[in-house]
Amino acid sequence: MQIMVNEKLREIPDHFSLFQLRDQLNPAADLILCDGIAIHADQLLDGSERIILIQRGKQPNHEELEALLLARHTPEVHQPLKNATVGIAGAGGLGSAIAVALMRCGVGNLIIADYDVVEPSNLNRQHYFIDQIGQAKVTALGETLRRINPFNTLQCEQVFLDKENIPRIFSEVDVMVEAFDCPEAKAMLSQCWLHNYPQKPLVAASGMAGYGPSNSITTRRALGNLYLCGDGKTAVQPGMGLMAPRVGIAAHHQANTVIRLVLGIDPIEEN
Amino acid sequence: MNVTINNQVRSIETATTLSALIDEMGLDDKRIAIEYNRDILTREQFPTITLQDGDNIEIVNFVGGG
Repeated sequence: MQIMVNEKLREIPDHFSLFQLRDQLNPAADLILCDGIAIHADQLLDGSERIILIQRGKQPNHEELEALLLARHTPEVHQPLKNATVGIAGAGGLGSAIAVALMRCGVGNLIIADYDVVEPSNLNRQHYFIDQIGQAKVTALGETLRRINPFNTLQCEQVFLDKENIPRIFSEVDVMVEAFDCPEAKAMLSQCWLHNYPQKPLVAASGMAGYGPSNSITTRRALGNLYLCGDGKTAVQPGMGLMAPRVGIAAHHQANTVIRLVLGIDPIEEN
Repeated sequence: MNVTINNQVRSIETATTLSALIDEMGLDDKRIAIEYNRDILTREQFPTITLQDGDNIEIVNFVGGG
């Protein structure tokens, strides 16, 4: 009979037990999950179970991680994501969350640029940790992303982005992401990108401060190849700060728009 | 004469430059991106363009936060 073990279909003899399976595939496994529940006593398998064998402290290798992503996402989704190159300008509340989401999805090549360092006030919404305060954001984020997937290509640059260096640093990307904080920088990047690379989509964000309704944040095609996520109006100002949930909603609108563009699906229309 | 801005027709005086229109709309030219008759402009181009009847203009206004 056949059974799913670590997201892979395996052939096993009939009347095979859980412990026999473990001893055959990974005798060092010290945690056995059967349909998501940790099992400590041996039991007979009927093939309908989903088994996960874990050897605590041992990380999956490249091939195993690939197999897990492939099983989760199907080849039609996994392969284009793996082949894609995505640029992220800015590693703050938007950029750090977008990078984490795209790395988890298995986007094969990320280019991330930011000049900033992690400061205490960032921790309310940005994907950094208290022990990373003072580190360059791209260094700290790079380490976090490597803990999610050490195998994908990651290029992190600590640089102040301007209209001169943006076209060069991000020349290889398939989809570009604007993840700045300051409106002048957002406008500069949009003009620069769409002018230099009109065929390469840009996913930008505007309007996600405060704790207004979640559903006011949308994704729309604003002009040309520019996709814009946010509510379009809620600026950061005194009494209207940036908070993790709405920044995260906008960031994940952007990340999902990237995924759809990479897969060749219209980001706006339902298919 | 009339131009279309973000799908809305707006009446403007002849010989209006794009920069004058931006001012008239109360926008900050450093915080916007403009598609002018399907061309994406850079900010340096805003004052050099004199609007013509029937022009199609898309303006995105960015607000701070990220």
